[in-house]
Amino acid sequence: MESLLTLQGKIALVTGSTRGIGWASARLLAQHGATVLVNGRSDSDLLKQRVEELKSICGGAEAEGFAFDVGSADAVKECYGAIFKKHKRLDILVNNAGILEDSLLGMVTSQTLARVFHVNVEGVVLNMQYASRLMARHQNGSIINLSAIIGRVGNAGQVVYGGSKAAVIGLTLSAAKELAPANIRVNAVAPGFIDTDMVRQLPREKFEERARSIKMERIGTTEDVARAILFFASDLSAYVTGQVLGVDGGMLI
Amino acid sequence: MTSLEKLRLAFAEGLGTDPAEITDALAYGNIGWDSVAHMAVVAAIEQAFDIMMETDDVIGMSSFSKAKEIVSKYGVALNVAG
Repeated sequence: MESLLTLQGKIALVTGSTRGIGWASARLLAQHGATVLVNGRSDSDLLKQRVEELKSICGGAEAEGFAFDVGSADAVKECYGAIFKKHKRLDILVNNAGILEDSLLGMVTSQTLARVFHVNVEGVVLNMQYASRLMARHQNGSIINLSAIIGRVGNAGQVVYGGSKAAVIGLTLSAAKELAPANIRVNAVAPGFIDTDMVRQLPREKFEERARSIKMERIGTTEDVARAILFFASDLSAYVTGQVLGVDGGMLI
Repeated sequence: MTSLEKLRLAFAEGLGTDPAEITDALAYGNIGWDSVAHMAVVAAIEQAFDIMMETDDVIGMSSFSKAKEIVSKYGVALNVAG
């Protein structure tokens, strides 16, 4: 019997996939048979390296790199034009690219606000816009947006980041309703405290305080989040849309 | 069938109506052409001509005659068999 987890023959785009959660997801989707299109902001050596790594770990499976800023309408248009030209389809979109900038409310600048919303919100909308049109052609698709625990419960010093991640939940719920008739599912994953380069930048004290707030008594791994993404990408969740799945080990903020 | 006829059929399919109702005078807001139908029309056109329209064109396609202009931009010759 064919596994419900198989992604054989599917084309998946994972934004922000040269490191962290994006890279873990790209690997896991490829291991399950998907052709994975990896994305980074610039055409870096790391992006090229990731494509080669994917090809080698997946026994020569196809993989391609796309360098573009997810919030740039022109760049997104170009990327989807290229996907259409080569593959004529897209089955899975993981909107993972995101940035984190902490700032107390009184110190939020308009530049910070613009930068964070450009990537974390505009980027998600633009990618969903083009992806859903490619998916609508064959009346099937799964979009997975990365929110965050902060977008659900908030945190001091994260008005901007939390706002952007709460926006991801709102746009996920609305897109899920809009796209359900075309059999396109839209769900969000809300990671808690995950071991990525992004959280390693926290001051040691803050890092330990956050780690202590996790009921499962360990920091999450990028693979923990990637597994939730695989669930939404696969047919295991064929009748699931408009959901926000926390992957946080029972973290309390 | 010419590409113009194919375009008319794509509109009829997207709007769930008879091809005879698709005339140059047809504009957004007529015969059930609402925002939901609009996306269905776009999908039918893209499928029919194997093209991918830019968002500005999706938004700007406000009438059947405008649609003719737009698909021409993507290399569709309307009076030629499609």
